[in-house]
Amino acid sequence: MIRFENVTKRFGSFVAIDNLSLDIYEREFFALLGPSGCGKTTMMRMLAGFENPSEGNIELDGADIVDVPPNKRAVNMMFQSYALFPHLSVHDNIAFGLKREGMAKDKISARVAEMLRLTRLEKFASRKPHQISGGQRQRVALARSLAKAPKLLLLDEPLGALDKKLREETQFELMDIQEKTGTTFVIVTHDQEEAMTVASRVAVMDAGVLKQVATPSQIYENPNSRYVADFIGDVTILEGRARKEGNRYELAWADGQPPIVAQSALEIGPGDTCYYAIRPEKVEIHHDKPEDDNVLQGKVIDIGYLGNISTYHVQLANGQTIRAQNFNTERSTQQAFTWDDTVWVNWTDRCGILLAN
Amino acid sequence: MRRMSGFNMIALTLGFAFLYIPMVILVIYSFNESKLVTVWAGFSTKWYGSLAQNQQFLDAAWVTLRVAFFSSTIATVLGTMAAYALIRSGRFLGRTLFSGMIYAPLVMPDVITGLALLLLFISIGLDRGILTLVLAHTTFAMCYVSVVVSSRLMTFDLSLEEAARDLGCTAAEAFRLVTLPIIAPAVISGWLLAFTLSLDDLVIASFTSGPSSTTLPIKIFSSVRLGVSPEINALSTIMIGIVAVGVLAASLVSKRSLVKRQADEAAAVRAEAA
Amino acid sequence: MRRAIVYLIPFTWLLVLFLVPFLIVFKISLSDVALARPPYTPQLDLSQGLSGILDFVRELDFENFIFLTTDSLYWKAYLSSLKIAAVSTFLTLLVGYPMAYAMARAREDWRPTLLMLIILPFWTSFLIRVYSWMGILGTEGYLNQLLLWLGIVSTPLQILNTNWAVYIGIVYTYLPFMILPIYSQLDRLDGALLEAAEDLGCSRASAFWLVTFPLSRPGVIAGCFLVFIPTLGEFVIPSLLGGSSTLMIGKVLWEEFFSNRDWPVASAVAVVLLIILIIPIILFQKNQQKQAEAEA
Repeated sequence: MIRFENVTKRFGSFVAIDNLSLDIYEREFFALLGPSGCGKTTMMRMLAGFENPSEGNIELDGADIVDVPPNKRAVNMMFQSYALFPHLSVHDNIAFGLKREGMAKDKISARVAEMLRLTRLEKFASRKPHQISGGQRQRVALARSLAKAPKLLLLDEPLGALDKKLREETQFELMDIQEKTGTTFVIVTHDQEEAMTVASRVAVMDAGVLKQVATPSQIYENPNSRYVADFIGDVTILEGRARKEGNRYELAWADGQPPIVAQSALEIGPGDTCYYAIRPEKVEIHHDKPEDDNVLQGKVIDIGYLGNISTYHVQLANGQTIRAQNFNTERSTQQAFTWDDTVWVNWTDRCGILLAN
Repeated sequence: MRRMSGFNMIALTLGFAFLYIPMVILVIYSFNESKLVTVWAGFSTKWYGSLAQNQQFLDAAWVTLRVAFFSSTIATVLGTMAAYALIRSGRFLGRTLFSGMIYAPLVMPDVITGLALLLLFISIGLDRGILTLVLAHTTFAMCYVSVVVSSRLMTFDLSLEEAARDLGCTAAEAFRLVTLPIIAPAVISGWLLAFTLSLDDLVIASFTSGPSSTTLPIKIFSSVRLGVSPEINALSTIMIGIVAVGVLAASLVSKRSLVKRQADEAAAVRAEAA
Repeated sequence: MRRAIVYLIPFTWLLVLFLVPFLIVFKISLSDVALARPPYTPQLDLSQGLSGILDFVRELDFENFIFLTTDSLYWKAYLSSLKIAAVSTFLTLLVGYPMAYAMARAREDWRPTLLMLIILPFWTSFLIRVYSWMGILGTEGYLNQLLLWLGIVSTPLQILNTNWAVYIGIVYTYLPFMILPIYSQLDRLDGALLEAAEDLGCSRASAFWLVTFPLSRPGVIAGCFLVFIPTLGEFVIPSLLGGSSTLMIGKVLWEEFFSNRDWPVASAVAVVLLIILIIPIILFQKNQQKQAEAEA
């Protein structure tokens, strides 16, 4: 439905978007994820029509929209600051776009009522924006941008201003509304948890370039680069040289440490530098040496207790730290492992990912 | 971000032209040789010379400066006290009346204030002169000072004063050692405002001054009533020049202190990082 | 105790030099003119005790106020002051709004300088600023010279000593009072609101009328009052730029006092002017309060 074709955007000499191509499909909940300054907001502003690409095309439903001004696009945006008109009531804010369309009065009030119901704001229709809570404001902004039934809804850090608990609730609400309305949603966020929760597909961006576009689980379990692996979730990354052994690779990564074995479809030449990423929840920790692949000995130097899980920082003889996570399945005051314990960590050959770059 | 549109450019250009061209013309024609002010007859500074010879103008200027100095100084003290009372004292007897009396002179037409003060001075038998002028100017100027200072006091962090009290200051010491240095810029601009208002005032001065205490605005007014005069052009140029230099100096000083502050802060950050 | 002194000194000062004088004005407005020093009767004579006070009160009356209603000069002057103040407030808004708007849209690093340029004339003498227009607007003034030279007019226009000169003078001197409150509203206008309006289907122009202008309204109202209220009692501008037909109440009061030496009538004129001013002043206060609450 949306197609970016070799889009480049420059601000002066700064390249915000570098020759980027991307397809977004109908009824999709798509997330643009990246650190601040990576170009994700610029992407969205180009979709809304507030910025024009320096080069390349943007198509919506097969039609080039680069020259269409923002007020003529079937695209609506929910602003990071919500941008609610302070002089208008909740009702009038939601009706604002409909009135511009010249819709009949009774149709407008029916549509506004529908939107108020959808966002559970019926009781607040006559209030002014400063008379309602932050979460309610967020819903007004959503209702206002959905009122015109746009083909595409853009959400700029929609939950950034809410506290953690409200944010989690609202994430599910957003998904619910997206499903009910069938609108294509494009969300911009720097919060990876948010992107993973709400989106059906995620694009990870860095410095104006798409690093990876895939479903949340693919991004998490099969990142295509160190950048993506590191950006999403916790990870330990080791550097070494790989050698093919049958259908597996053997990674020599440190003197005095046994090589790491990994399954990978990657083609890596003998002796090439490559990287190995292992996530802490996939690492087991034992008092006694287990019989398995990838067994390393070390000492517990730090414990992070989070209630449901504990993270152990295990330092190996060569100074490298490996993180291992354990579920605290039993209620006991006594921790199974404590500081300075000598322990063994291990994981199977399918748990880690071999990365070429 | 956004480039300035043509409309905005035009609005600003025309607007500033409107604001400044009259004064520029005044300055240019003060160097006019001819006595006919609207006809240019060559460059000359003779009107400045004749101004310097005009004892009446010099006397009036001296009266005006003295009145402005004394009234603005007293007004600053009274206005600061009034602001402090309004912001800090909470409720007290007559508070509404008090704050009403602070704000009323700001919107009161000068003719009414002047008339009222004159009738007061006459009914208590006070002869009109420098003293009545100072009293009159102090009264309306203190209200301006109090508005300027109280807007600064409103954003003042009260815990600073409490910290001073906690460390052993009396209330007066806390004010002198902590509050006053912090609100000093507002107090100074209040003084400057009071000073210019006093220099500028024609109407109230006309009511409250006596024959021995004619101020410069009264003198200017009675002479321009008869029409444009090159001497007044010269005098205006001098006054405009003083203001321009003053404002320029003030903005340079404040800009320099801002730059220095930023440099200090940057240096502190660097020192911390090192 | 110390605290009390802090407010007692300025409080007393204002009582004696601000409130009491107004009571005196009110009292004299009820007195009769007399060829005496001071030129009005009755005089309060406290030496005769209570009967003196009663005699004094008995002689006060509203004669001067009745006089104001009978002589058409006065109510014409009030009406004409209101008209001139209203027209010039509107003209000031017409000139000031685009400037405030352009300033708020100017580059961030230019704004302090633009702001200083707006405030700078305020520090120069009011009298001189009004005076500077005398040379421009006269029949032989610079404006007429320019118009003649350009061939736009063939005979000089009579502008000085008409109401038009008064309007120009008021717009010129009170412009900063209009620009500053409007600018401060526009300056804090969130740019995202305009983008949101465009996103919801507004053109640039309709976004201005539906979003920018309503949101700048408190500034517009404040600016209008700040121009209207002082203009109503203006004296310098009508007497220097206006003509004999320019009727403004400030000028009438001045002449009543200095030329006719009719202090009771001058006082009555002042009292009525005050009563007229109370309405806009209260409205202005309400507006400021509402704005302060909206910002809190």
